[in-house]
Amino acid sequence: MTKETLVPMLGIVTEVRVDTPDVKTFRVNSVEGGKCFEHMPGQCAMLSIPGVGEAMFSITSSPTNQEFMEFSIKKCGCLTGWLHQMDEGQMITVRGPYGNAFPVEEDLKGQDLLFIAGGIGLAPLRSVINYVRAKRENYGKVRIVYGARSKEDLVDYPEIVNEWCREAGIDVFLTIDQPQEGWEGHVGFVPSYVTELGFDPQGRVLVCGPPVMIRFTTQALMEMGFEKNQIYTTMELRMKCGVGKCGRCNIGDQYVCKDGPVFRFDKLGELPAEY
Amino acid sequence: MRKFAAEKLEQLLSGISMPVYAPVEDGGTVIYGRYEPGMRLRLDKLGTDRTPKEVLFPQWESLMHFKMEGKKIQLTEEERANEDYVLFGVRACDMQAIRVLDRVFLSDPVDTYYAARREHGTIVGLACDAPGKNCFCKNFGVDPAQPDADVVLWPAGDEYFCEAYTDKGHALLNGWDTLEADECAVTAIKEEIGKKYDALPFAHLNLNGFDGEHLMEKFESPQWKKLSMACLGCGSCTFSCPTCQCYDIRDYDTGNGIQRYRCWDSCMYSDFTLMAHGANRPTQLERYRQRFMHKLVYFPSRNEGMYSCVGCGRCIEKCPMNLHIVKVIRALGEGEKE
Repeated sequence: MTKETLVPMLGIVTEVRVDTPDVKTFRVNSVEGGKCFEHMPGQCAMLSIPGVGEAMFSITSSPTNQEFMEFSIKKCGCLTGWLHQMDEGQMITVRGPYGNAFPVEEDLKGQDLLFIAGGIGLAPLRSVINYVRAKRENYGKVRIVYGARSKEDLVDYPEIVNEWCREAGIDVFLTIDQPQEGWEGHVGFVPSYVTELGFDPQGRVLVCGPPVMIRFTTQALMEMGFEKNQIYTTMELRMKCGVGKCGRCNIGDQYVCKDGPVFRFDKLGELPAEY
Repeated sequence: MRKFAAEKLEQLLSGISMPVYAPVEDGGTVIYGRYEPGMRLRLDKLGTDRTPKEVLFPQWESLMHFKMEGKKIQLTEEERANEDYVLFGVRACDMQAIRVLDRVFLSDPVDTYYAARREHGTIVGLACDAPGKNCFCKNFGVDPAQPDADVVLWPAGDEYFCEAYTDKGHALLNGWDTLEADECAVTAIKEEIGKKYDALPFAHLNLNGFDGEHLMEKFESPQWKKLSMACLGCGSCTFSCPTCQCYDIRDYDTGNGIQRYRCWDSCMYSDFTLMAHGANRPTQLERYRQRFMHKLVYFPSRNEGMYSCVGCGRCIEKCPMNLHIVKVIRALGEGEKE
């Protein structure tokens, strides 16, 4: 844990992996080696390049990884653009961990889990998926539905194909938006694929992706008979402090940075829909 | 209870060995600025143009410095405040506003920049012997006759009555040349203030229903559209507000490294929540609603009913479109109290 609010620690980018045309995954270590701090799946960290900016990113690696933290970052603005042109060895600033986490040791324990992700929305869920894989005996069946615009836009593709798909007790369902040469898998949007696959309305569901995908996916799940208290999502709003003080990510009486970013859908329904 | 002659006030302030921040004139405005002997105190001014908030939470403050060299970064934290000071002449509403700021900055995790300033200050409150037409502090549990400060002064013609309530307050007051005074005189002053307050136009607003229980009902009120229509999004209300504490963190290239600083921001601004994929409060209606919902519903919902409006009346005076919080309370509330 960062000892002083707002004051970051220094980290070093020790590996840069190109995931998709606009997503890179950065491995980060503390200056002394090892991880900057411990976290739980779903928690976030503020990363910055002094002079460029600071922003909140979900920690995509699992806490069970003892060596490093990873951040999958989509290039979409000033800071992320700068991060994308970094090489290994670049120092950045890191502070956190911030926010709550998916209740992996509470409500999710012993349950069948259905993960549904769209695009870069896989980043926060990957932390949970790998946590669950590391503590496999604590959880039931694992199903993963993941979609992206194209084959090239699937984040973590090698890990999905070489590890997740080959593991017993994990079913992976991939889809892309448009037909593409060399793609023999499913084609279509995530929500309709979820409907097509049809799931028993039991266990817990973790959804993350673009707002429109979350909305239609939740609808599809409700039609299948899932209850709101079985579904979790994680939110992203503009943040500056990360500790519930700067006012930016306030929705209703909640601060997404501190009380979230993970919300159960029944709780989310009690808040103004300003996200 | 102690007292001293009003004419001795400036002498007492000048005799304080620490820096003193008090209501003084700065250009055409009244601010809580550094008091120097010979300056004209403006203790007559209710709703000072700038609030005592900025002594604890400055409009702009440096947080840390970075040196960048190749791929390396060097970080130096800014020193926290370490000098004792006196904040003088704080009204009951502004004192309550400091309690609101305490809730934000001193709650876990503590903001150490704020905490250091708070710790080093001794606050001298000033009772409002003449509450003004824009005052409505009592609606929020504030007593204009009794600021919740380390030391309180009650003006009474050519004298000030004074009392210390904390160790810091006693330490300050012990250094002053004061006389023993009768408690009854202050009781009479307080009663008089109460009567003056009760006669004011916004004295007794009805805050029923402004709580977490009615959050969605208030949020969904059709009144917001009409209320917000004329809002220019200028942010005057937030900058003149003693409790508004939303801030931004930015980096500045000094030519000799990067300075990371914090400055006030406003939820009334269109880029406040803007992200690469858009803004979640896209029009002024949502932004206007956010400000008032936060003060009257969201904040109390998280803070055992404590509102983050203190009824100081500054937004009534400062809004160029006359869109103040009393209008919101009346439009969304259940009418006036009997």
